Amino acid sequence: MKHEYDVIIVGAGLAGLRAAIELGEETRVAVITKVFATRSHSGAAQGGIGASLGNEEEDSWEWHMFDTVKGSDYLGDQDAIEIMAKDAPRTIYELEHIGVPFNRTAEGKIAQRAFGGHTSGFGKAPVKRACFAADRTGRVILDTLWEKSLQRGIRFFDEFHILSLIVNDHQCCGVTAYEIATGEIHVFQSKAVLLATGGAGKIFKTTSNALASTGDGMAVAYRAGAPLEDMEFVQFHPTGIYKLGILISEAARGEGGILRNNEGERFMERYAPTIKDLAPRDMVSRCILEEVRAGRGIDGKDYVHLDLTHLGPEVNDTKLAEITGFARTYAGVEPNKEPIPVQPTCHYMMGGIASNADGQVISDSQGNIFTGLYAAGECACVSVHGANRLGCNSLLDTLVFGRRSGKQLRKFIHSIGLPPVPETTEQQEKEKLQRLMNGPGKEKYGAIQAEMQEVMMEKVSVFRTASGLTEALEKVRALKQRYARITVSDQGSCFNRELLDVLELENMLDLAEVIAAGALYREESRGAHFREDFPTRDDSKFLVHTLAACRPDQEPELFTKPVTITRFEPQERKY
Amino acid sequence: MKCHFTVFRFDPAVDESPRYQQYTIDAEPTDKILDCLNKIRWEQDPTLAFRASCSHGICGSDALTINGHVGLACQKLIRDYKTANNFVIEPLPLFKVIRDLVVDMDPFLEKHRTVKPYLINDEPPPETERLQRPEDQAVIEPALRCILCASCTTSCPISRSNPDYVGPAALLRAFRYVYDSRDSATGSRLAQLDDENGAWGCKTMWWCSDVCPKGIPVTKCIGMIKRAIKQKDKST
Repeated sequence: MKHEYDVIIVGAGLAGLRAAIELGEETRVAVITKVFATRSHSGAAQGGIGASLGNEEEDSWEWHMFDTVKGSDYLGDQDAIEIMAKDAPRTIYELEHIGVPFNRTAEGKIAQRAFGGHTSGFGKAPVKRACFAADRTGRVILDTLWEKSLQRGIRFFDEFHILSLIVNDHQCCGVTAYEIATGEIHVFQSKAVLLATGGAGKIFKTTSNALASTGDGMAVAYRAGAPLEDMEFVQFHPTGIYKLGILISEAARGEGGILRNNEGERFMERYAPTIKDLAPRDMVSRCILEEVRAGRGIDGKDYVHLDLTHLGPEVNDTKLAEITGFARTYAGVEPNKEPIPVQPTCHYMMGGIASNADGQVISDSQGNIFTGLYAAGECACVSVHGANRLGCNSLLDTLVFGRRSGKQLRKFIHSIGLPPVPETTEQQEKEKLQRLMNGPGKEKYGAIQAEMQEVMMEKVSVFRTASGLTEALEKVRALKQRYARITVSDQGSCFNRELLDVLELENMLDLAEVIAAGALYREESRGAHFREDFPTRDDSKFLVHTLAACRPDQEPELFTKPVTITRFEPQERKY
Repeated sequence: MKCHFTVFRFDPAVDESPRYQQYTIDAEPTDKILDCLNKIRWEQDPTLAFRASCSHGICGSDALTINGHVGLACQKLIRDYKTANNFVIEPLPLFKVIRDLVVDMDPFLEKHRTVKPYLINDEPPPETERLQRPEDQAVIEPALRCILCASCTTSCPISRSNPDYVGPAALLRAFRYVYDSRDSATGSRLAQLDDENGAWGCKTMWWCSDVCPKGIPVTKCIGMIKRAIKQKDKST
């Protein structure tokens, strides 16, 4: 089936919905989403959204900007970070005005709490900057934006999986998508496409991410010729529930929670004397694993304790109600009385589709534009998070740059007509699916997926070495070979979950290769990327963004792009 | 330990009527039911269709009927059941089955739309936030936990017998806006809910509250809508 729109948005999380609302009634816009909008993974965001409102204590956007730059280990582009930090208060007020039910201070203002890496006075002391609705901040913003888009009459194509971008004469002119309920292929012809498909945590074995977080947008953009940026920077959140990876928000430490080793010691005091447990995530994750390596994990195992017992039910059962519920349900511990067992869990992709602060995808290291293609949210790399994202900056990123993308899209679609789509588009996708469905091979996706997740977790997570990364890269490439011989046993067209799994796996394998290749290339340690064989930051060689371009049937081509530095010169990063 | 799963299967393209299929897997007492279904799909039978995403009870995708009771597959663990490691997994009741455990949620979402689930306030907003007392925000807090999983509505005996009844999930969302101190459409919202297909359809049978995976006192919230309607009637 064929459709015509001005703009196609892929993904119905916060970035996609915010852009859709910005485009609003006067634009023919449709949102394609793999899972029903309110099932999007933005809804799993817990702790808060950062903005220097100063409702609880003095704050300024300059401090927010500095913290974000320092948190990024100076790899974030400072012009984009400045835009985000300055626009944050307006973003929060806008959310409040459309109905987001934030917690309130005694005087009725939006309440704020402390979060990792957010400080006052350029690093002097923790500051309360995260606006929140208990520990379900992402969920209530997602609900509010979805309901707002219902009010606006936005057209949704729910449970449609993106297959490819349609590119004609170096211009993006639509997408093809697979309708999960019917198996039908749809061709969406449009003046522009915004990718807002979120992250890809499912590449790793232990993750806080949803089953749907398989990096579809990043992978289709990469295969269509858009470079991916800084993919080696993968955030491991320090406090996932032991063995399960389910997120225990940083808000737990923002409210006063303490990490302890097997001696009961508050070990973060040794590593980050000024802000202790509220150090940024990359540091805390490494510190936890250092404690484990030194034999101070709990019961000699690879986890530590997150102690919330001193906060009492008045905090734990109100402001942290969801996560203490998770601890009870999944870990079987009573957080008012016992500590929660935690270990790092794959959480967020700092890297993504290389794009600028107006959501325009760039096609090379000079910043030239990929006409008609836009990206926002976790699947994009603007870059505001650099080598390590601070907590409560991701929700902010989705909303600030989702809105800016929407504004830029509105300008763009008035400047052009509907570009033509090659007639063979639908047939090509049909043939590709038929090849998968009728493949003669014997490989099953379940085994390939499990082996990919295993090797990425073991060799490409918090600590990395050249030999481990080489091994991972070889393994992923071998898995890609096996993928070519995959078989699909479900021949049905209605809700064929297996075919969807197989399509998602192709996306994850492509991204896993780029992540491992980038990590091998970057012979330094910066933010979330820690090389044991190159344990220090090397600004002389690597104060640059890594770009990876897809070369069909070859290894990704890696090149670099300079970092934009405006206000804050790189310094040693201490907390 | 060995766990036996009897799973509802139905593919409209092939099956004339639903059937049940047996699977045996190794599982730990701490495994979620969702882990078991994934295991079946990834290791034994990739043709089994069900919805799931976040896997920790926040996205609302995987409400199912587990041993006759509605619950989230990602929130219920093997150890929560005393059925000698035997499990019967079926789709949510009330909705049309699309395939296997996947049901058509559109009628549920249609009802959600009817309660105008968005803030209505035509006053121009101030430059910063509108003020709201923390105690006013706390009133609507229980409703903010809702994940639209439809457990309540599918369990409600009234929803099962009256297809026009808006149902507990939509009423809970209505409650969230009726009691939001920032909303100015309270009067028209209450007028819309003032009949047997609205708030008065609720006969306080509590099934919705019992089954809610987020522990929301749904029946109580619907009761608060009824109270607001009565108070409005008194004052006019």
